[in-house]
Amino acid sequence: MSRRAHNVKNYRGTGILTVLFFLYLYLPIAVVIFYSFNNNRFASVWGGFSLRWYDSALHNRNLLDALQISLSVAVVATLIATSVALMAALVLVRAKDVPYRKLSETVINLPLLFPEIVLAVAVLIVFSQFGLENGILKLIIAHTTFCIPFAFLPIRARLQGMEPDFEEAAQDLYATKWVAFRRVTLPLILPGVFAGAMLAFVISMDDFITSNMLNAGGSTTLPVYIFGLIRQGTTPELNAISTLIIIASLIIATAALLITFRGRIEVAK
Amino acid sequence: MRWNDSRLLGLLPAWAIMIMTLLLPILLIIAVSFATRGAYGGFVWSLSGASYKQLLFQDDWTGALEFNPQYLLIIGRTLYLALLTTLICAALSFPVAYFIAQQSTRRKAILIYLVTLPFWVSMIVRVYAWITILGNDGVLELGLKSIGLVDDVDSFLFNDGAMLVGLVYSYVPLMILPVFASVEKLEGAFIEASHDLYGNAWVTLRRVILPLTWPGLAAGAVLVFVPCLGAVLEPVLLGGGKNMLLGSLIQLQFGTARNWPLGSAIAIVLLALVMLFLMANARRMSRQSVNET
Repeated sequence: MSRRAHNVKNYRGTGILTVLFFLYLYLPIAVVIFYSFNNNRFASVWGGFSLRWYDSALHNRNLLDALQISLSVAVVATLIATSVALMAALVLVRAKDVPYRKLSETVINLPLLFPEIVLAVAVLIVFSQFGLENGILKLIIAHTTFCIPFAFLPIRARLQGMEPDFEEAAQDLYATKWVAFRRVTLPLILPGVFAGAMLAFVISMDDFITSNMLNAGGSTTLPVYIFGLIRQGTTPELNAISTLIIIASLIIATAALLITFRGRIEVAK
Repeated sequence: MRWNDSRLLGLLPAWAIMIMTLLLPILLIIAVSFATRGAYGGFVWSLSGASYKQLLFQDDWTGALEFNPQYLLIIGRTLYLALLTTLICAALSFPVAYFIAQQSTRRKAILIYLVTLPFWVSMIVRVYAWITILGNDGVLELGLKSIGLVDDVDSFLFNDGAMLVGLVYSYVPLMILPVFASVEKLEGAFIEASHDLYGNAWVTLRRVILPLTWPGLAAGAVLVFVPCLGAVLEPVLLGGGKNMLLGSLIQLQFGTARNWPLGSAIAIVLLALVMLFLMANARRMSRQSVNET
């Protein structure tokens, strides 16, 4: 440290700006949570504390149906996307002399480069041309595509951060390729696989653009249902639904963070 | 490579999915953009450049072509708002990232966690939160009324400003993270050296700190600018029907307007803008890495 009276690395005002910035980040969320406890039917006029909007949200048949569709689509899309991404990552990071390695990585990450609305329109046209009718199946196919890079990137990062020594040792000890993968590689990269799957799941649950484009009777996902409610105006019930979603997101975010963090500590050991 | 080579088998599913649900469909959009609008929405396969013509011209009452800037205005508004959002995100992120980087390791981790946390909250909920603030009888209006600043406003929604607030709110974490990564790597010795050589705080910021953290700002700019070009929820919910962006315009053409060929042509324009920007950026980065070696 320098002998100066003040630290030259500190810029005056950055502290206050940071405080204001965090207010900007959290105030809107706080407003939604606050008004979800509002007894008044009109969203922004305070009429006393009440939990009744939570009660009506949890008994809202359409909401629960939409939640169920979102969950089924997200679970299936996550499972497929994570398996596909895991296979691709193992080949691209570990195998030798992979032809078109760079091109394959670019193609897998394409959904991140293209604007989602363009992808949504593209699958809409394909499904209409091939006469695919099943709404849920359409959602699963489209969601799987854009979930793949989100599952792929954490798995690839984990594999790249790990020396192949363990796998080679296993093979030296006469483990077959499959046994080496199941007993050595997979347990070691599991935190990466978990992080990837979690990210894919959240991205699928959160998706609005594609799900709205493909929306038909019987395949309305949670965000699309909420969009419809917003169109009808702000209500305390909408605030209660939003608050429940916020709480669920925060739990998932914290879990994902802890898993990746613990993974890092284990590697460091 | 033999057909049962494990390398081939491992990559096959990913390639198959991307070809079937992404690459071929994009070609199909190009084809549809040259098709003809069907009588009841949708399209029929007969070659026509009508959609692209419609982007620039309309028929006036005599049937003659007349220049129509409405779609160009939407393209212009999209580029303008994406650029403005990127600049505001950069201006907000830099001091915040710099402040966080000065903290202890433990506080750094907590603050970065707090920056990313809202990003995990559903996009539609975050946009909705701004409606409760800016909307008719929203928190902002009631607040301003109670201190007597305004009498009665309809709503602060449905203008470029509302969209801008929403876009910055949605994408600012994508700017903070790369900027923080580069600010954190900054060696304090450079800053001290600059002061020892009588550079004041401003000169040090402009001549030492900003040039050294430029790669983080550039990376953040790409991460913010590209999704802004294709934003849908912000223009639909905060911008309204009169202030469309490319994303909401495409949504409209495939939704209520039922003009698939026109929607496809606009999607191609959006895709072309994004690709041009990404290619320019890739060239800039490769030139930079050549200069560094």
